Amino acid sequence: MTKVVLPELGEGIEKATVSYWYFKEGEKVNEKDDLVELTTDKATFNLPSPSTGVLLEIFIHEGDAANVSEVLAVIE
Amino acid sequence: MEFRVFNLGLVDFKKAWEFQKQVFKKAKNNYLNAALILCRHHPVITFGRQARRENIKVTLSELEKRGIQFYEIERGGDVTYHGPGQLIAYPVFNLNYFKKDIHLFLRQLEESAINFLSAFAIKGDRRKGSTGVWIKRKKVASIGIAIRNWITFHGMSINIKKDDLDNFRLIRPCGMDIEMTSLETILGNNIEIEEINELFIGKFKKILLIPH
Repeated sequence: MTKVVLPELGEGIEKATVSYWYFKEGEKVNEKDDLVELTTDKATFNLPSPSTGVLLEIFIHEGDAANVSEVLAVIE
Repeated sequence: MEFRVFNLGLVDFKKAWEFQKQVFKKAKNNYLNAALILCRHHPVITFGRQARRENIKVTLSELEKRGIQFYEIERGGDVTYHGPGQLIAYPVFNLNYFKKDIHLFLRQLEESAINFLSAFAIKGDRRKGSTGVWIKRKKVASIGIAIRNWITFHGMSINIKKDDLDNFRLIRPCGMDIEMTSLETILGNNIEIEEINELFIGKFKKILLIPH
């Protein structure tokens, strides 16, 4: 199982909001696929999938905020 | 450090959007580290990821009647207007070669606009929590970017011409009830955008081109 974690985004940035999941739970994802789009301040950014597998569960849904280092989803 | 400047002149938003994606690919494939695309747009309203429909005060068909294009795009921020009276700067920066700090990049964009304004003896300010550049209580520069694989696109527009502010009344810029201003409004004289591009490029390079 691979955790999808919100990485460090820069000094003083503690949170980001999930704006879009490119995949639904249960769908197959490939490593490096765009997995989730997040926003902070006036910027959007993407997180690529850290591994190939099935997007098992999303913990942080669209419109919700996550802290840096928090697990957004898991891939199995 | 491979840095390129492209001046597209007056172009449709969509053409510049596609051009940004081409430059983005060059950055992704390491043909360049950073680029600055300058242009002006035919009237267009763009909707960022945080935009709410009620922040456009007229219908989409009304926009069409007025000859204003409309696009929903992947940048951060709410709704904004672009037109031929703005200096528009789209930096495509591979932040893997700079600082991987999203907010720092936004602050650097603001700084480049503030330094540009100071060349006209105008004091531009930041407002905490409201990204952009302000002159007293009015906004002069708007910012909204997208980052994919730590490469930036979209960017900043600076209002230059005083006769291109009216269309902002069709929206709540950035989702706020604010007034916009322009460089010409403050100075009270005529400015040709193509003649001040070089000045902006100089200020931009001084602030942004600092490798990590």
